[in-house]
Amino acid sequence: MSASTAAPPTTPSRTTAEIVPLRRPWRWVSAALVLAAVLAFLWSAATNEQFQWSVVAQYFTAEAVLRGLGLTLWLTGLTVVLGFVIGGVLAVMRLSGNPVLVGVSWGYVWLFRSVPLLVQLLFWFNIGALYPALSGATPVIGPVTAVIIGLVLHEAAYAAEIVRGGILSVDAGQVEAAKALGMRGGRVLRRIVLPQAMRAIVPAAGNLLIGTLKGTSIVSVLAVQDLLYSVQLIYNRNYLIIPLLLVATAWYVVVTSLLGIGQHYVERYYARGAGRLS
Amino acid sequence: MTIAVQVTDLHKSFGGTPVLRGVDLTVPRGSVTVVIGPSGSGKSTLLRCLNHLEQQDRGEIEVDGVLIGYRRHRGKLYELKEREIARQRAGIGMVFQGFHLFGHLTVLENVVEAPIGVSGVPRAEAEERARALIARVGLAGREDAYPRQLSGGQQQRVAIARALAMRPAVMLFDEPTSALDPELVGEVLAVIRDLAADGMTMVVVTHEIGFARSVADHVVFLDEGLVVESGPPAEVLDNPVHQRTREFLALVR
Repeated sequence: MSASTAAPPTTPSRTTAEIVPLRRPWRWVSAALVLAAVLAFLWSAATNEQFQWSVVAQYFTAEAVLRGLGLTLWLTGLTVVLGFVIGGVLAVMRLSGNPVLVGVSWGYVWLFRSVPLLVQLLFWFNIGALYPALSGATPVIGPVTAVIIGLVLHEAAYAAEIVRGGILSVDAGQVEAAKALGMRGGRVLRRIVLPQAMRAIVPAAGNLLIGTLKGTSIVSVLAVQDLLYSVQLIYNRNYLIIPLLLVATAWYVVVTSLLGIGQHYVERYYARGAGRLS
Repeated sequence: MTIAVQVTDLHKSFGGTPVLRGVDLTVPRGSVTVVIGPSGSGKSTLLRCLNHLEQQDRGEIEVDGVLIGYRRHRGKLYELKEREIARQRAGIGMVFQGFHLFGHLTVLENVVEAPIGVSGVPRAEAEERARALIARVGLAGREDAYPRQLSGGQQQRVAIARALAMRPAVMLFDEPTSALDPELVGEVLAVIRDLAADGMTMVVVTHEIGFARSVADHVVFLDEGLVVESGPPAEVLDNPVHQRTREFLALVR
């Protein structure tokens, strides 16, 4: 069955003229220009005293900053996990064929994609005005709870569309073949559809995850002490605004880079069977 | 003669367009029935009703004397629950025109997936049976390949092994060679021929007239949702009575 692995015999060439590829001088010029711009930027960043890199280094691992980073990380994790759990349910509802479930799922995504996240957070923060029972001496929904509810509900709307898109990317024949073998709905979804949908889901989910990581900085508006709000508290005291914003920036870049590396491996796992060569 | 598949007065329409208009079909146990007919004649729909991938509008299907997809109660047919339909489908093998191997699973995993997950066969036993089936369709040594690394003919042979792994009472083939390059058709037909020689009950929808002539016990010519002509290949293929059959055979030859 397998093709012969021996290389085909080369035939002696019957012509003498050498083949010369097209020369591309502009490629060199554009590369030089862009490289010069990048170097100029790096030079300025390294030599401009106002960046105060020594201050950045000093605060990079400050306890308050790390605590803020910790809150940002678990807020991101919780939002993404709960967002995808709810989003997955919404996606299945949308594809269920039950008109009521389809309508409710569609309406949810429509509503929560329409309302800006900040507006939604402010609503949850002020929920006591709508339902006085929820306020009181110790409000049931404090700033952190308000932030979690808002972030998760917002995330779920986007996650639902990502999961739905992934499921739709799997050929309907896969479902038929599974059914013909006697598999039932839940098993078909878990064993056949979702593993193949992941190939389409992971890149988009990685995007959403990174967006969420940075998007959590919006909670600083509600005085929740995430990474951004923690550095803000510090620079409100010492006025070292730029270096402390650089501290937060550096941490966001570090975490985003780590997530990117992780995504690479997850993508590789779900790509199994998708390549052509053994 | 025991009857494996009995179809009575099968009707099915899609959005008001009738596709099957009262089809009767009897498949004796251990026989091969080949269904031929022009595209749109309802061949695939008939096959897909046999394992309830489509619900008929009227009529009854019995496989081994068991009503498929419904239960009879006071003169009405009530559709079965998903669990019961799945159990019936597990005993009816189906091979598709487009193979539909599970792309994220290796050849071996494709074949053991349903025996383990649906029938509860222990993994070791399922794998042993799977290896034997993979060898039977001529693909020993390719157990760990992914479908995309195989040619169309090899994929279709794996699909046959996957269906056989459920030890079906009947095998349904829906144009199993129509998506294949011409030089790969033979290897798939050889596997089906081998199954026929083994006494497997099969219903095969195909355009391969030569194959029908050599393997079929029974040929059914379907046109516009009706069985126009049926009988042994020597009658239907070589001495057709009906004008429509003659016209069709002249076109596909």
